[in-house]
Amino acid sequence: MFAIYRKEMRSYFINPIGYIYMGIFLVFSALLCCYTTIVAGSYDTSSYFTFLILTFIILIPILTMRLFAEERKLRTEQLLLTAPVTITGMVLGKYLAALTIFVSGVLISCINFIPLYSIAAAERAGTSSSLNHIGPVTGEIVGSLIAVILMGAALIAVGTLISALTENQLSAAVVTIAVIAAMVLLSYVNALKDSDGQPIISNYAVRFVIDWVCVMSRFAAFRNGIFDYSAVLYYVSLAFVFLFLTVRVYEKRRWG
Amino acid sequence: MIKIEHLVKNYGSHCAVDDISFEVETGEIVGFLGPNGAGKSTTMNILTGYLSSTAGKASIAGIDILSNPIGAKKLIGYLPEQPPLYLDMTVEEYLNFNYELKGCKLDRAAHLEQVCETVKIKDVYRKVIRTLSKGYRQRVGIAQALIGNPKVIIFDEPTVGLDPKQIIEIRNLIRGLGKDHTVILSTHILQEVQAVCDRIIIINKGKIVANEKTENISNVVANNRRFNIKISGPQKDILALLKNMQGISYVEALAERDGDAYTYMVESEFGVDIRKKLFFTLAERGWAIIGMESLGMSLEDIFISVVDKSEESKVRTNVRNRITRRQRGKDKNALEQELGATLYEDAQRQRAESMNTVVEDDDL
Repeated sequence: MFAIYRKEMRSYFINPIGYIYMGIFLVFSALLCCYTTIVAGSYDTSSYFTFLILTFIILIPILTMRLFAEERKLRTEQLLLTAPVTITGMVLGKYLAALTIFVSGVLISCINFIPLYSIAAAERAGTSSSLNHIGPVTGEIVGSLIAVILMGAALIAVGTLISALTENQLSAAVVTIAVIAAMVLLSYVNALKDSDGQPIISNYAVRFVIDWVCVMSRFAAFRNGIFDYSAVLYYVSLAFVFLFLTVRVYEKRRWG
Repeated sequence: MIKIEHLVKNYGSHCAVDDISFEVETGEIVGFLGPNGAGKSTTMNILTGYLSSTAGKASIAGIDILSNPIGAKKLIGYLPEQPPLYLDMTVEEYLNFNYELKGCKLDRAAHLEQVCETVKIKDVYRKVIRTLSKGYRQRVGIAQALIGNPKVIIFDEPTVGLDPKQIIEIRNLIRGLGKDHTVILSTHILQEVQAVCDRIIIINKGKIVANEKTENISNVVANNRRFNIKISGPQKDILALLKNMQGISYVEALAERDGDAYTYMVESEFGVDIRKKLFFTLAERGWAIIGMESLGMSLEDIFISVVDKSEESKVRTNVRNRITRRQRGKDKNALEQELGATLYEDAQRQRAESMNTVVEDDDL
């Protein structure tokens, strides 16, 4: 497992893909942070995180598309599957490599908050009153970061499964984009209203299902500064289910 | 060392491997011979745990590949048909990755050094695999299989796509490996198994048709009975003469003409060397033999001979029970097509090898 993990990590950086991902992610996050807080004149980071999640629709497929599809195309998966490694070990090794790149991207993007804090410090120095809290709420930022990382972990697991289903990287990427877009954006369907201000989807059951499938709706609590344990459990189990299915795909192929 | 019992593999309704059983002793080199699509690769893939069998058992040194896959895989080095190379790695990185992947406990530097020495890839050790030639890639693939010093090494068509010199080198290499490893290799080239293997398992349409020591099969093959002979003279008379000659079981005029000479395919009866007699008989009449080429034994012939032998059958193919070429051509018998390909390949290979011997002599 660690051999596969190390190999994947290295391949992110001997191929352009790791640099492309990191570059795009850091540029996007910096721009988003700038426009949603400093330009908007607000210390509220909730919309920054919301927009950041939207970028995952494009960025996570970059990380996951080649994980299994490439191995299958080059027939190198034969090497991994005939080596003394379990299929679970192989899937986890690859998944953790993608997750490591993702998490380090998110952590590096925390430098975006430095200007926010320094502006807040300057503003605090200018006012004598210490009654109101001035500046970003650190607790809320940390909570949101954890939520974003967990959501990314779930979405990477989705991409991992899709990559294992095809041998074409491009189709893996396209399908992953579609699925992640659906999972992230579906909650906005629930929010759609007609001209009378009534929700377009009025059926409770449909709304409930959409709400359940959508990873974004779980993020609402974090936006409001609440650390939602049920959402944490939701993301973790989503990741687990998709990784489990990936393992099953490989088991199934052996028997096919 | 390797034991396969009643192995069956179905792909949907298609049966790729149909109830095969065999054993391989420690230190043996066994060749898996058969036409394309006979089930060689499938059997190897099952043996290495890449595929699962529909029914039956495969075990390596007593460890069942299904119930203890990790334990069994530790004992195996496998080179699939297409070497599983990461093109963006250097040879060094690739071998190190394999070392880690296989959880190898041997001293890393010394072991990798020794493997590279064995397959002669030291000069490309720091090159990216993408830039290597087919021959080198194949060798890196073999190096991969050798890492961890596995007891059993399995090669799936190790010499496909290599040039004649490389083929000889790889064969020698495999021959050398047989000293301390148990080796299974698959091929559809007869010379290859003859050159390398102790035992030959012939497989056709998912079934084992022969499982023999190489000497036994070589004896059959050495008894080459088929020649293309170019004789100048009247075609009709020559054909009549040949047909009535003692010791000839089959003759046919081929549509090949060289001046007044025609080519005939002659097959002698089993155990008879017809060549001298032919020469004198034709010389008497004043018809000159201007060319004689011995045709390699085809897979089909071997199937027939070996199956005959194993069944202790006394009936040999002869003029009467042999289906005519034309009829078989009409039937579009798959084996007949295979025969054409094999003959061509054998001839080419023989030529290449003889050329290669000359080249090597020059080197010396």
